[in-house]
Amino acid sequence: MASHSVTLRHHFETSEQQKDASTIGMWMFLVTEIMFFGGLFMAYIAYRGAYPDAFAAGSQKLNIVYGTINTAVLICSSLTMAMAVHSAALGKKNLIILFLILTLMLGGVFLGIKAVEYHDKYVGHEIPGANFHPELDNKNVSVNNVSLYFALYFGMTGLHALHMIVGVGLLLFLIFKTAKGAYTAHWHTPIELFGLYWHFVDIVWIFLFPLLYLIDLHPGK
Amino acid sequence: MSNHPDHIVPVRVYILVFLALLVGTGLTVFAATIDLGRFNIVLALFIACIKAALVVLFFMHVYYSSRLTKAIVISGLCTLLILFFFTLTDLLTRGAVQGSTDWVGVPGR
Repeated sequence: MASHSVTLRHHFETSEQQKDASTIGMWMFLVTEIMFFGGLFMAYIAYRGAYPDAFAAGSQKLNIVYGTINTAVLICSSLTMAMAVHSAALGKKNLIILFLILTLMLGGVFLGIKAVEYHDKYVGHEIPGANFHPELDNKNVSVNNVSLYFALYFGMTGLHALHMIVGVGLLLFLIFKTAKGAYTAHWHTPIELFGLYWHFVDIVWIFLFPLLYLIDLHPGK
Repeated sequence: MSNHPDHIVPVRVYILVFLALLVGTGLTVFAATIDLGRFNIVLALFIACIKAALVVLFFMHVYYSSRLTKAIVISGLCTLLILFFFTLTDLLTRGAVQGSTDWVGVPGR
């Protein structure tokens, strides 16, 4: 049991125990994150159920092409992140850096497209507030209720984007540390745990995409 | 399955999950263009849940993780369902109790 690893903290018996403790800690954090986003999802369910037509009208103002591309970009970044963790387990430093940089770039692409979308909303007067004047196809819905949809759209995608920005910062840190040779096949827990975080953010988007972008797309309703 | 520190998931698994996620995204967009009435949202969420499950099980390694990790993940989901369930028991029964309009509506109807 006496490990010679310099990465083993003195309050742990073995590396396995240390890794288990870290993994469980990360999962506990992610579980609180589920509830953090869960409150917003509950608000979404409540108001979409109350104002289905207004939510459909708001949703139809979003750009589905951007949304679909962003979904694909995030899925690709999840694959590159999984590959980074895989490379870390094999101790291949250059591959870790390559995959982390790819993940970083895809995260950047996602945020860039998101910024373009937000700008479109700004130009179209679709940001809730004093200048909220969206041009709706359905004239029978209350603008106030559409405003509620957009408030939830910005709240949910904004919180998601904030998580992405935090992730980008952490990725830069991990790339820097990997380049300095901090992670080996024996010890690469930070990369693994960051992978969990990144995949979690991907999962949130998996739900946001159909709920926000794809309400009532079918023609002739 | 025990939490083996050196367990390495084969790249093949990652590629398959990745492809499944892309197919799922295509299916979601396609399904949204068909008029299924109130089942549009059901189908969309069904596909999203399968995609999320694939990510959790394979990208996040829960399939290969210790029982304690699995228990934490499941308890987290159950807590979310408690939030949804008890809020919905209120919202869904309001129309019935007060005689007002139903809460869950479908656009355009």
